[in-house]
Amino acid sequence: MGLTGVKLKGLVLVLLGGLLLTSCGGSQQSQVAAGNLQGVFHMGNGTEPQGLDPHIVTGLPEHHIIQALFEGLVTKNPTTLEIEPAVAESWDISADGRLYTFHLRHDARWSNGDPLTAEDFRWSWQRALTPALGSLYNYMYFGIVNAEAFGTGQITDFSQVGVKVLDDYTLQVELKEPTPYFLQILDHYSTFPVHRATLEAFGSASSRLSQWARAGNLVSNGPFVLSEWQVNSHIRVEKSPYYWDADKVKLNAIVYYPTENLTTEERMFRDGQLHFTNSVPLEKIPTYLKEQPELIEIAPYLGTYYYMINTTRPPFDDARVRRALAMAVDRKLLVETVLQGIVEPAYAIVPPGTLGYDPPKLFSYDPEQARELLAAAGYPEGQGFPAFDILYNTQESHQKIAVAIQQMWRQNLGIDVGLVNQEWQVYLDSQENMNYDISRRGWIGDYVDPNSFLDMFLTGGGNNKTGFSNPRYDQIILQDAPKVQDRDQRYALFREAETLLIDNMPIIPLYTYQSSHLKQPSVKGMPTNIMDYYNWKYVYLDAQE
Amino acid sequence: MWRFIGLRTLLAVPVILIVITLTFFLVRAAPGGPFSSEKAVSPQVKAALEAQYRLDQPLFQQYLSYLGDLAHGDLGPTFRYPGRTVNELIIQGLPVTAELGLYALLIAVLFGVLAGVLAALKPNSAQDYVPMSVAMVGICMPSFLLGPLLVLVFGIWLGWLPVSGWGNIPGDKILPSLTLGAMYAAYIARLSRSGMLEVMSQDYLRTARAKGLPESVVIIKHALRGGLLPVVSYLGPAFAGLLSGSFVVETIFQIPGLGRFYVQAAFNRDYTMILGTTVFLATLIVLFNLLSDIAAAWLNPRLRFQFRKAQP
Repeated sequence: MGLTGVKLKGLVLVLLGGLLLTSCGGSQQSQVAAGNLQGVFHMGNGTEPQGLDPHIVTGLPEHHIIQALFEGLVTKNPTTLEIEPAVAESWDISADGRLYTFHLRHDARWSNGDPLTAEDFRWSWQRALTPALGSLYNYMYFGIVNAEAFGTGQITDFSQVGVKVLDDYTLQVELKEPTPYFLQILDHYSTFPVHRATLEAFGSASSRLSQWARAGNLVSNGPFVLSEWQVNSHIRVEKSPYYWDADKVKLNAIVYYPTENLTTEERMFRDGQLHFTNSVPLEKIPTYLKEQPELIEIAPYLGTYYYMINTTRPPFDDARVRRALAMAVDRKLLVETVLQGIVEPAYAIVPPGTLGYDPPKLFSYDPEQARELLAAAGYPEGQGFPAFDILYNTQESHQKIAVAIQQMWRQNLGIDVGLVNQEWQVYLDSQENMNYDISRRGWIGDYVDPNSFLDMFLTGGGNNKTGFSNPRYDQIILQDAPKVQDRDQRYALFREAETLLIDNMPIIPLYTYQSSHLKQPSVKGMPTNIMDYYNWKYVYLDAQE
Repeated sequence: MWRFIGLRTLLAVPVILIVITLTFFLVRAAPGGPFSSEKAVSPQVKAALEAQYRLDQPLFQQYLSYLGDLAHGDLGPTFRYPGRTVNELIIQGLPVTAELGLYALLIAVLFGVLAGVLAALKPNSAQDYVPMSVAMVGICMPSFLLGPLLVLVFGIWLGWLPVSGWGNIPGDKILPSLTLGAMYAAYIARLSRSGMLEVMSQDYLRTARAKGLPESVVIIKHALRGGLLPVVSYLGPAFAGLLSGSFVVETIFQIPGLGRFYVQAAFNRDYTMILGTTVFLATLIVLFNLLSDIAAAWLNPRLRFQFRKAQP
């Protein structure tokens, strides 16, 4: 054997040896056990975040991280979801409910030690609304006087917008209408402050190409600071020494993993790599519920799964047909079989328990009446009903639901429906252009208020896409409800609007979403709530468990 | 020889140019776009977003400016991850994918050659059937099944190895490398078995044995050299395949490699990222093929002659 042979053999041995050596750590402590002792929380976070610029990003994974890095004027209690003071120590609301005066705390600081003032908020909000930035959430501000005009480029002078700095620690906001959910919006990351000097140091504040929100560059004002960001591997945030409420923050660090694959995430949890998972694979839920119920948490979620109907296409332009379709779906059966019994059937668009709002229940599973309605519309026993399709984005769970509904409509109404699945972007395109008969859709509320669901169905609304249009409905949502401050009165108005909607049935509500997580027993201070909202300064790890 | 290399390199340029052009216009033809979302986007916001990424220009002009940037080695910004560039993401993902591919290839060669040679030494015996059956299973079993199986046994049941990650926890590189290498190991086993069988019946081996050399020397020194030639020529394409095809393994094991970007980009309609990764991988594959052609020509002079000018 020649010299090269020996060399090659040596190289192979060294490489393999290295591979093996690194593995033989022996009885290593799991990441979770080590984390419990050091106060480091490991969490599955869905996907790789698009970014961490609060005015640019839109997803939940981003939200979970931004919630640790930044803080708005107010925050929410994780148990009750009621508003709590954050950067604003207190606030006054004028008698007509249109003028908010926020008193900022004097000890709020940025993570580089700079003081956080009212001007930071004014500048940040102006930046978020600048049309060139293209913030997808700019409509969150549109309740403020002239914000919409500025955001859509009709006016260019931000001083005309209803945001005034009275002094360093006083900010005044003038609203068009009393908008009772305005405080909720101030805990949405699209209204969080950003650090002007940092943004300007990295180029134009309205450029999406700016690198200010990267590890090493990012300056933030929340309980944690960004310390590490390895794309597609993990993001680590560490406790901020400058945070005004740092005494209350118990975790020393949070590590977020982009766990795109649900089964991988579940294996990571079982292997002691994660304290908390983003979700649980549907087929594993019954096993956990049966064998380790202490590790799984399922809670109602502020979202509705529904089918929308293209009411501009015959025969769906006939409300009787739409009602017949909705009444012929046995939601209980659907939930118990296909969905493993973990979600709740829905008969309206707003999920029950939205801060005390109770949606109307205007119909039930009634094949008899559904057949009568269909006969009245000219299709006795489904005869002569034109062929049509259910559209859904390619995913097994959507397919299972569609198959079940296809079966129910065939059995109860005698009509045949085809199933069409499309890749996500193609499916979005079909919905956007109303190129569908019936299409699956889900909606998650941006804030806990019926308005977050009901303003979807305004005439010509960008998220409507059903062709539904009702002048009284528009009037309630746009004119009447925003003026009313009393919660009961508002909810009565919303109930009236939702009744109009469901009687007309441009959508077929199917079920209310549930959030599901696997959670180690050591995790404390993370109660379940309808928004699946975590407030990181409440979370801690109990090493005793 | 230089003329041959020069010609082959020149031929590679139009291939890559065609890949760029086709990809550029095909991704634009797909429905949806980088800024489509489940929530409605107002026309003003959409226009602002398109202006930020120069998508408001005529398509052909975008194509020209893309080529211009590409000539400077700039693959552009990604639409999906504001503030990041395609170059940067490729540079981050490539070493991980390359390392994974290298370990997988190492495992593949080691186990593949061992199994193939053992099988060839006693053809049609148990020593042949057992490794070859295992190899057959290895070729048939997809990595999305093998990966979770290995994880279940070594990660969850035995608790020896971590179930995911790359370079975070000691030992987390073993299972993904094994999973990715298994299929190639199986293929190499079959290649080396047939290569060895062919060599074993050659006259020069009979000569070697007749000289009185011990069987181990005959096999290692004389038979392996010829028998493993098919394996050697397979390594180039195999490594290119490992680099571009590790998406499944990267997803199963949470590995921050190139493959995940490549596939996610298509789902997100991240035009520049799709183009960047495609062009990059196409260039790599062309390069590996070029290298293996050159190696083949170096080993086989007849190929070289085709490119030589006719002598007067």
